[in-house]
Amino acid sequence: MRGSKLSLSRIVMHVFLIAMSILFIVPLWSILSISLSREVDIASLGYRLIPIHLDFQAYRFILQNPITIINAYKVTIIISCIGTFLSVLMISMCAYALSRSDFKYRGVITFYLFFTMLFSGGLVPYYILMTKYLHLQNTYLALILPLLGSVWYIFLMRTFFQQLPDSLVESATIDGAGEWRIYFRIILPLSTPVLATVGLLQLLNYWNAWFQALLFIDKPQMYPLQYLLQVMMNNIQEILKNMQEGVSVDAGQLAAIPSESTRMAMCILAIGPMLFIFPFFQKYFAKGLTVGSVKG
Amino acid sequence: MAINHTKKFLKHFKKNRFLLALTLPMVIYTFIFSYTPMFGAMVAFKRYQFDKGILGSEWVGLSNFKFLFTSPDLIRIVRNTLGYNALFIISTLLASVAIALMLYELTSKKLLKAYQSIMFFPHFLSWVVVAYMAYAFLNPRSGMLNQWFANFGLDTIDWYNHTTAWVYIFPLAHLWKVIGMNAIMYYAALMGIDPTYYEAAKIDGANKWKIVTKISLPFLYPLMTILVILAIGHIFSADFGLFYQLPMNSPTIYSTTDVIDTYVFRALMQLGNIGMSSSADLTKSVLGFVLIVTTNAIVRKINPERSLF
Repeated sequence: MRGSKLSLSRIVMHVFLIAMSILFIVPLWSILSISLSREVDIASLGYRLIPIHLDFQAYRFILQNPITIINAYKVTIIISCIGTFLSVLMISMCAYALSRSDFKYRGVITFYLFFTMLFSGGLVPYYILMTKYLHLQNTYLALILPLLGSVWYIFLMRTFFQQLPDSLVESATIDGAGEWRIYFRIILPLSTPVLATVGLLQLLNYWNAWFQALLFIDKPQMYPLQYLLQVMMNNIQEILKNMQEGVSVDAGQLAAIPSESTRMAMCILAIGPMLFIFPFFQKYFAKGLTVGSVKG
Repeated sequence: MAINHTKKFLKHFKKNRFLLALTLPMVIYTFIFSYTPMFGAMVAFKRYQFDKGILGSEWVGLSNFKFLFTSPDLIRIVRNTLGYNALFIISTLLASVAIALMLYELTSKKLLKAYQSIMFFPHFLSWVVVAYMAYAFLNPRSGMLNQWFANFGLDTIDWYNHTTAWVYIFPLAHLWKVIGMNAIMYYAALMGIDPTYYEAAKIDGANKWKIVTKISLPFLYPLMTILVILAIGHIFSADFGLFYQLPMNSPTIYSTTDVIDTYVFRALMQLGNIGMSSSADLTKSVLGFVLIVTTNAIVRKINPERSLF
């Protein structure tokens, strides 16, 4: 619907959209600005949209005491890569089986999985299971396992697999291919869009995860990025001390550490990679939405 | 007779064994991490003692629930959960549809993509990061909101101790995070409208407002209805990240920031009150179950494609 370009309503609309865009950009911009401000300016004059004095002291501080952020990046990258890979593998295997109309146990297993979307046992038994029975406190598994099998993604993939023609499997079977070969040689190569979609979604989930760390991690070396960020907000002094491990710090020096700007700088370093991946996401997301947007 | 059944079962099993194997990891995973906790939910009916475990602890019937239902906390957390979710549903619906309609009016593809990207990127941030952004504005000393207030001669507000403020902050923050995704969904639906409708309307001399209300909106009604009903199905669940990260766990504002999920979390992790935590959580799960099943049944009547089952 394209109306005349200069009508009042169109101008109002454009102004509105621009104003809205500003509302979306300003918060991110603020973080960047504070991270590049001089600490004394922040203490005396507060946060600014444009730093009074552009100063990289916060970033320099982090890079000179990098152990904290390196650990956080390490943990996050490890759980993201392993988690995403295992997750896509497990989900695609199951989704494919459930998409085959000749699979005898399809109905039972579908309901079995689906039911977990309706009812949950709750936080308490889950927590007791993970800590008391599985002893997963302070382990990588505690960060990887909880996000591994999302039933929602199973249904999303299943919808995709169902759209592959039955004749594909039939003709391959007639040609004498075993199920194994059919899955790996025929189905998977055709499924890259949905595998990529779920893969990217899971990667995002793992990268942004903090709840598992909140529950199960209390060793600072094992904090993933987002959880480190959370701890920094509440307990900046503790983190700053850890960063300077090995360097004796007296009270006066501690005060001189740029705490406010360092917080924000850490935040930028935590988001950074995601904003680069974001454009790729946009492309796949639009496709993925149409692939499996609908039914379970 | 039994032998025939067994033979049949083995025959089916043999034929399907590969596909079954493909599902096995997921089945086992789900059993451990979803079904075991369901059995463990019985802890709400027990007085849990760490050394005895869930099975060994003694049954206390409904006393945990009695304690919960006579506590003033319950009214607060239920009111907050339902109230905020209702606010979220309404505000998301209105704002997303409005934005989608506006985007639909855009002629420039570049501009469209730019706006969509700008509104969509909050989806990729964790609530921790969003809490940082809010903090840049709400920090009572250095935050930008209080600075602007001071510049205009207004009183500054101690945001993280001010209960009423959060009734506005939460919906705004929630909208900020979800509007991109929702607007795109409605926009995709609008793309499905046959352009001949608009051409015919223009020929008949309809103005913009009429076109929107008589063509675009009615076309969106089914999607709007379904999304709202499905959202209502989850009205007992809160976005934990939003309610936990944004208020920085400030106890003074619990009256307007505490929801069922944050209450359950705190009762477990900070207070060690297994009884309250598990009874609240189980109540929520059961109510949620009834609601989800009901709303899905309703959606299935309208449009089977969109329901979960």
